[in-house]
Amino acid sequence: MRPFAYERAATAEDALRRHAAGDGAVAYLGGGTNLVDLMRLGVAMPARLVDVARLPYDRIEHRADGGLVIGAAVRNSDLAADLGVRADHPLLSQALLSGASGQIRNQATVGGNLLQRTRCPYFQDISKACNKRDPGSGCPAIEGDHENLAILDHSPECVATHPSDMAVALAALDARVRVRQPDGEDVVPLERLYRSPGDDPSRDTTLAPGDLITGVEVPAPLRMPARYRKVRERASFAFALVSVAAALDVSGGSVRDCRIALGGVAPRPWRAHRAEDALRGRPATPGSFRAAAEAELAAADPLPGNAYKVPLAVNLVAAVLTDLAGEAS
Amino acid sequence: MPTVRADITLTVNGSLRRLTVDTRTSLLDLLREDLGLTGAKKGCDHGQCGACTVLLDGRRANACLALAVANDGADVVTVEGLADGERLSPVQEAFLEKDAYQCGYCTPGQLCSATGVLREAAHGWPSAATGDVAAEPELDDDEIRERMSGNLCRCGAYVNIVAAVREAAR
Ligand SMILES: Cc1cc2nc3c(=O)[nH]c(=O)nc-3n(C[C@H](O)[C@H](O)[C@H](O)COP(=O)(O)OP(=O)(O)OC[C@H]3O[C@@H](n4cnc5c(N)ncnc54)[C@H](O)[C@@H]3O)c2cc1C
Ligand code: SF4
Ligand code: FES
Ligand code: FES
Repeated sequence: MRPFAYERAATAEDALRRHAAGDGAVAYLGGGTNLVDLMRLGVAMPARLVDVARLPYDRIEHRADGGLVIGAAVRNSDLAADLGVRADHPLLSQALLSGASGQIRNQATVGGNLLQRTRCPYFQDISKACNKRDPGSGCPAIEGDHENLAILDHSPECVATHPSDMAVALAALDARVRVRQPDGEDVVPLERLYRSPGDDPSRDTTLAPGDLITGVEVPAPLRMPARYRKVRERASFAFALVSVAAALDVSGGSVRDCRIALGGVAPRPWRAHRAEDALRGRPATPGSFRAAAEAELAAADPLPGNAYKVPLAVNLVAAVLTDLAGEAS
Repeated sequence: MPTVRADITLTVNGSLRRLTVDTRTSLLDLLREDLGLTGAKKGCDHGQCGACTVLLDGRRANACLALAVANDGADVVTVEGLADGERLSPVQEAFLEKDAYQCGYCTPGQLCSATGVLREAAHGWPSAATGDVAAEPELDDDEIRERMSGNLCRCGAYVNIVAAVREAAR
């Protein structure tokens, strides 16, 4: 591992200042569960770490309408265990609890979770080419091991997925991300935090270098049955092959409202707007659920090794919505 | 860039330690190499196996992914610090009684992790095995298996590990 200077930021302004002074080779440190690993692998080589895990963004604020402001330094386990989150936003608790292990959730922060890097095996192996890690070197995943990679929103330059479970639930909940920048604070809808790889897969997000995530806003509770379901290669402690965060409001036998987001299928948490639009006002039947899921996945462009994800995603969405319809009536 | 060193203070198994560390040093390497506490094991060094689990400020954590310098001021308890003198902790007793290990390599991590699991359960924390996350969970076998899933055992002593955690939870 390359030697690095370590500094603890005292305030957000202080963090930005220290980042700017680092001349490019700087990284913010949250819980370190992704960054330290990538540094050990030689994928990340910061010369300076600015620790932001002890900034005063360590609280979960419950607003009068049941909405949340979650500090970026809140640990994943504390967020999942928060009584208000469990009662009012169970989707978020479920998604967090399905991720990583009890140990890692105790260490990982909300900011770090959002900005964790892809688990593409070539990205993590510095002996291999990878456009995301080493722009212009190529994407060996397309001809090689891509079983777990993207079927939506990828490009000929990169087919990586974003691995966060939490972000999938947050996408379904219409969350917004608070970002501190040199000239003030911005609030970005979660869907716009991430970017499609296009011809520059090196950038996962729309953030500029040095932008600091300070928190996540979650609007008032959905008040409809909701569920996070994750399919993986073993029963626990594995990343998603495909996951879904869904919520369904049924009234008089038809869908009044719904939320659907998919994980494991794209370089971002994938909000299934097409499926949602196809469902609103339709009869709440397994047939409509499947048709809506198929409408969403019609845009999928899988590779030979991950074509299984298309029917998997369709089946998963249809099954979860069918379960939720049973609870709603 | 030359090596960067930093002064830190840790409370390890109850004693205050002042140390000068290379900023790159993980908490795991610090415990094993500098303090001679070889209970916590390096199974993978990537957060994937749980063999390095310790209690960091009372919560279970993977010492391999924790930078020592980032934990300046922390309270660390390793497997060497679980017992009260000669008296084993309830989790240690239960592992003995239920024969919850074979080669023992994963055991220090299992013991620290199980200690953390019991604390989390006492605080009413849910897990992915909890049907209704808003309810107070019961620590049944499914819950124990899910909560302990960050600790792998190459010998496959899982059945007895679950039994030991269940015993310790009573
Ligand atoms: C074995 C293993 C299994 C895992 N399984 C899962 C899983 O199933 N599901 C899942 O979702 N995740 C999983 N994870 C990933 C885990 O959730 C992430 O490592 C964790 O959430 C990252 O949070 P952190 O605070 O440790 O981030 P760090 O490692 O500290 O940082 C991650 C990135 O975010 C940046 N950063 C951190 N905080 C901020 C901030 N406030 N503002 C701007 N930038 C910031 C850092 O510079 C870095 O680039 C797993 C990890 C491991 C090691
Ligand atoms: S899919 Fe993306 S991250 Fe993986 S090898 Fe290709 S360019 Fe790299
Ligand atoms: S050595 Fe830390 S999790 Fe394997
Ligand atoms: S007892 Fe041998 S690895 Fe668990």
